[in-house]
Amino acid sequence: MEEQDKPLSLVLFSGTDDKLNAAAVLTVGAAAMGRPVNLFLQYYALDAFRTGNLCADHALSPEATDAQAPVVRAHPGLHWSELLKQAKDVGEVNIQACALSMDMFHLKHADLDPLVDGVEGVAAFMASASEGQVVFI
Amino acid sequence: MSTVAIDKTIDARGMACPGPLMNLIGAIRQGQVGQTFEVLSSDEGSKTDIPAWVAKAKHELVEVRADEGFSHFIVRKAR
Repeated sequence: MEEQDKPLSLVLFSGTDDKLNAAAVLTVGAAAMGRPVNLFLQYYALDAFRTGNLCADHALSPEATDAQAPVVRAHPGLHWSELLKQAKDVGEVNIQACALSMDMFHLKHADLDPLVDGVEGVAAFMASASEGQVVFI
Repeated sequence: MSTVAIDKTIDARGMACPGPLMNLIGAIRQGQVGQTFEVLSSDEGSKTDIPAWVAKAKHELVEVRADEGFSHFIVRKAR
């Protein structure tokens, strides 16, 4: 399999808007280029996908300085949830919640936004990743 | 000025990456084979993204032309 055809698998750990946006940009780009994309939602990223919580303020990561934060917030790009919807529309994007994180936060699939396709364990995620890269964000 | 006949123009000036590309993809999916689409984009990323996607999706990049503060990308739907 050519490198450009292998799946791209992203582990979303951080739940801040800047990191979610960076992950969504990678997702939509890979999907547009025809690569299958797997997202695995863990810890704080999973919390951002709760029903009704997508567009809440998820703050910025600690590396955003006081000077950078307003610039990031003022940027006119699409919200990360809209980018993920676009990615699903143009390509093959599978968004799975980590079973361990679901258990930790006492969540059920019904508590999550419909963007999330299901709940799976880490072995199933690794099976989906197969020969492709796994990126931790 | 281009001499290519344009079927649809997508004015994506001011949109952030990857917005112009995504708008082009949406338009091409709804269009007919042989139709020509023009994207106007001020996004620097479009200069690499649109040619890369057109090649991958096996359409035809007819023309790329710089204008004042933006670029014209003319793409023909090939399949």
